[in-house]
Amino acid sequence: MNVALAFDLGLAALLVAIAGWTIAARANIGAIVLFMVDGLLLAIVWVRLSAVDVALTEAAIGGGVTSMLLLGAATRLKDTESNPEPAKLTLLLTAGALCALVSAGLAAVVFFLPDPAPTLAPVAMANLAETGLGNPVAGVLFAYRALDTLLEKVVLLLALVGVWSLARDEAWGGVPGLRVYARPNTILVFLAQLLPPIGIMVGIYMFWAGASQPGGAFQGGTVLAAMWLLVLLARLQQVPAISLPWVRLLLVIGPVLFVAIGFLGFLVADAFLAYPPGYAKPLIVIAEATLTLSIGVTLGLLVAGPPETRLQQ
Amino acid sequence: MTSATLFGYCGAAMVGLGLFGLITNPHVLRKILAFNVLGAGVFLMFGVIARRGAAAGLGGDPVPQALVITGIVVAFSATALAVALLVRLHSETGQTTVSSEDPPSSSGQGVRS
Repeated sequence: MNVALAFDLGLAALLVAIAGWTIAARANIGAIVLFMVDGLLLAIVWVRLSAVDVALTEAAIGGGVTSMLLLGAATRLKDTESNPEPAKLTLLLTAGALCALVSAGLAAVVFFLPDPAPTLAPVAMANLAETGLGNPVAGVLFAYRALDTLLEKVVLLLALVGVWSLARDEAWGGVPGLRVYARPNTILVFLAQLLPPIGIMVGIYMFWAGASQPGGAFQGGTVLAAMWLLVLLARLQQVPAISLPWVRLLLVIGPVLFVAIGFLGFLVADAFLAYPPGYAKPLIVIAEATLTLSIGVTLGLLVAGPPETRLQQ
Repeated sequence: MTSATLFGYCGAAMVGLGLFGLITNPHVLRKILAFNVLGAGVFLMFGVIARRGAAAGLGGDPVPQALVITGIVVAFSATALAVALLVRLHSETGQTTVSSEDPPSSSGQGVRS
């Protein structure tokens, strides 16, 4: 057994053990912290699978923002911590057996995967030069499967509309009630002053480098959202009311521009979301830049939750 | 056994664990958490298929990798909506569990047939 496989074996064991602990843990907050650890371990696994783009997304969204969202909810639901009626033994055994069966079936699928594996990598690489991008994953996201990427942005906006629609009538258009886990203390305020300049630069770099190296709009946007949330949590800035025009504009500018570029494709390249030859990269970079901004604001507001207090006139 | 296959088994185990938590834990927040563990397992299996498709000088097939990135973002959107629904459920009824039994009619407005 070589060193790399031994490392992977340890990583896999740790990953499954912590996933099991996440499910079994008593306290909600403990379970969420374990989930966060699992998200970071998963990011290492993605690097081991040569998928650095996914590793960045997993670390930023899967481990980071999702955990932050869940921690906020757990803090709010603290009084419901104790489990009133533990599940019956028969239910546990039946569910355990069924889930083991599902896992065994999936493991068998992995075991019997066809060899050689089918792949689209040669096709993806063959046409990558025409897009002017150097990162094949960005090529798939913004050229070959651009419609998926566009719809995904719309899903993010729809989720935000769904979250906002849960506001009480009197709070509509007001300020989201971003949950505070800790009173802003000097360390939090210090970090919120120190980190954002660096973080904003990292976020912009991730988007810019995403064209030719691992990175991209999602990852960069998530870093921007994290920096914004840090500033909001430290109360260095107020959470904006959702009815402010600039908030609405930032939310939609990315998807709207992407759709506009899509329709431009009809005029200049005879298909929706087709790029005219030679202009693929500039158009993709413009779309990505605005999307990064929109994703950052959307993710931040998704974490902040539905509006709770009326806008002060 | 290659590392990719090993992580494939790992993903299969995570799907099972997440499904178990989803079924057995009555607290909705824990169900959402378990659902995310399940999703992470599915994404991991996707990543294994991408890794096995390594060709043309790439470490993995970029198409499944791009789909996973899209999937992670959509999973986050769904989680955010589910959490908002749960918080609203709690503020309306004080409940954080879903059970097959009749909910307590504390609000007094429930329409019973």
